[in-house]
Amino acid sequence: MIRLLLLLPFIGLIIVSFYNVREPYLFGFPFFYWYQLAWVPLTSLLTFIVYRSVRHAD
Amino acid sequence: MLTDVDNAAFAVFIALFVLVTGMGFVASRWRKPETLAHLDEWGLGGRKFGTWITWFLVGGDFYTAYTVIAVPALVYAVGAYGFFALPYTIIVYPFVFAVMPVLWKIARDRGHVTAGDVVRGSYGSRGLELAVAATGVLATMPYIALQLIGMEVAIKALGLHGEVPLVLAFLVLALYTYSSGLRAPALIAFVKDIMIYIVVIAAIAIVPSKLGGYGAIFTAADAAFVAKGSGGVLLSPAQIFPYASLALGSALAAFMYPHTLTGIFASSGGNTIRKNAVLLPAYTLLLGLLALLGYMGHAAGLKLASNNDVVPALFKTLFPSWFAGFAFAAIAIGALVPAAVMSIGAANLFTRNFWKVWIDPAVTPAGEAKVAKITSMLVKVGALLAILLMPTQFALDLQLLGGLWILQTLPALVFGLYFNWFSSAPLLIGWACGLAGGSWLAWSDGLKPLHSIDFGAGPVAIYTGLLALALNIVVAVAVNLLLKGLPQARLSREAA
Repeated sequence: MIRLLLLLPFIGLIIVSFYNVREPYLFGFPFFYWYQLAWVPLTSLLTFIVYRSVRHAD
Repeated sequence: MLTDVDNAAFAVFIALFVLVTGMGFVASRWRKPETLAHLDEWGLGGRKFGTWITWFLVGGDFYTAYTVIAVPALVYAVGAYGFFALPYTIIVYPFVFAVMPVLWKIARDRGHVTAGDVVRGSYGSRGLELAVAATGVLATMPYIALQLIGMEVAIKALGLHGEVPLVLAFLVLALYTYSSGLRAPALIAFVKDIMIYIVVIAAIAIVPSKLGGYGAIFTAADAAFVAKGSGGVLLSPAQIFPYASLALGSALAAFMYPHTLTGIFASSGGNTIRKNAVLLPAYTLLLGLLALLGYMGHAAGLKLASNNDVVPALFKTLFPSWFAGFAFAAIAIGALVPAAVMSIGAANLFTRNFWKVWIDPAVTPAGEAKVAKITSMLVKVGALLAILLMPTQFALDLQLLGGLWILQTLPALVFGLYFNWFSSAPLLIGWACGLAGGSWLAWSDGLKPLHSIDFGAGPVAIYTGLLALALNIVVAVAVNLLLKGLPQARLSREAA
């Protein structure tokens, strides 16, 4: 089940109209930019959680 | 040829180029195998690359020199739309995490070197094997040519004119790839990636302070797009579907290419790949920040002859010349790693799935390595001639079609990893329909990657590659059902 976490980046990034806005700004970045950049470490983290929890034979 | 060359920049550039050339040749002795005369060694570096080597190699190979030039150029030209590379290079990693370890294991267990090998292993079909291999080679050739364009931009920025420097650089690349195989780009990737990280971190740390901060950079870009009357720092409503579908389609296509798959096959195991799916997004962060250089170009008020000049012009304007030379060297060396891996990937395909099957089935492992070495040389010469003799737009158009083509190999390569419901003929017919249909759509749209369709709520534009993939899968499923249904229908008729 925990593997489903891997789907979150798809959902978070494919619904473009949700984040195609300026407000709120962060450090001068419009939302469109910092939201997508924030998904980079977030995706790493989610993938890491799945990596830790799935037992690998090889 | 040496008209307006800055000495400091030139000296730094040459020194770094000599360094990586030396490394390229020494690489044949790095992690020395018993023999390099085997495709597992020459073409896959012995399948022993651990987490860090794989990280540098795949990072250096997937985020190409052309990316470094073209993504900021697109953002400079059109704004937010150019950022689709960011969601693309994020969602690719969950896909890599889930799929690529399975692919690696099958390839290692059966001694497969290429995607064509894996498909033949799964379906036992020479036709499907050839289709996948030929698509890989065709899609890769223009991609290599693009690396040359990236290198050309960097060399030109240095002040060198004419084609001699480009030819020399490529000749050197061809020679050390020939002698060292995949070990050469793997070793050079360390230098290349560290240089690119230094360049981008310097740019994003220093440039904003010279241009009044990120807020001012976005404001300047906004104003430039308003003045121009096109583009913008947000997507227009019509760009939303293209943005999402390009990101998704590109992510699915990315690891179907021979050069990315070579990096996967060369790794030491499934866990190496899984760890890399966690760690490789660091490069995506770099890419996202790099894309912002396009907006910095507006804030710096650059006047450019070509959008592709935005990154070099920014470094020339805002940094001391020695550092500009360092940045240009990073881009040019950045072209060497993907170009080498691409030519190796294409050579592996040719050797394993064409030469060994159709020309010389009795070829020895040493013979395979020899054929691959020569092929990698020819592939690079071909790309060089294409850039020197044909219009640049031709390579760009072909690369775009190449992305669409390579995506059509996904069903054959990936579906068989999870279930064996399909037989080979439906997949082959699906591949042919996707390839032909997609190419025809792209052609009729004037070689644009987007096609407008109307689901009933007004027309929306969608990435043509994704549409072609949908056609491919629908046809494959339909034909497969038909073939499975036929014998039973006949049986029940005979019984009745």
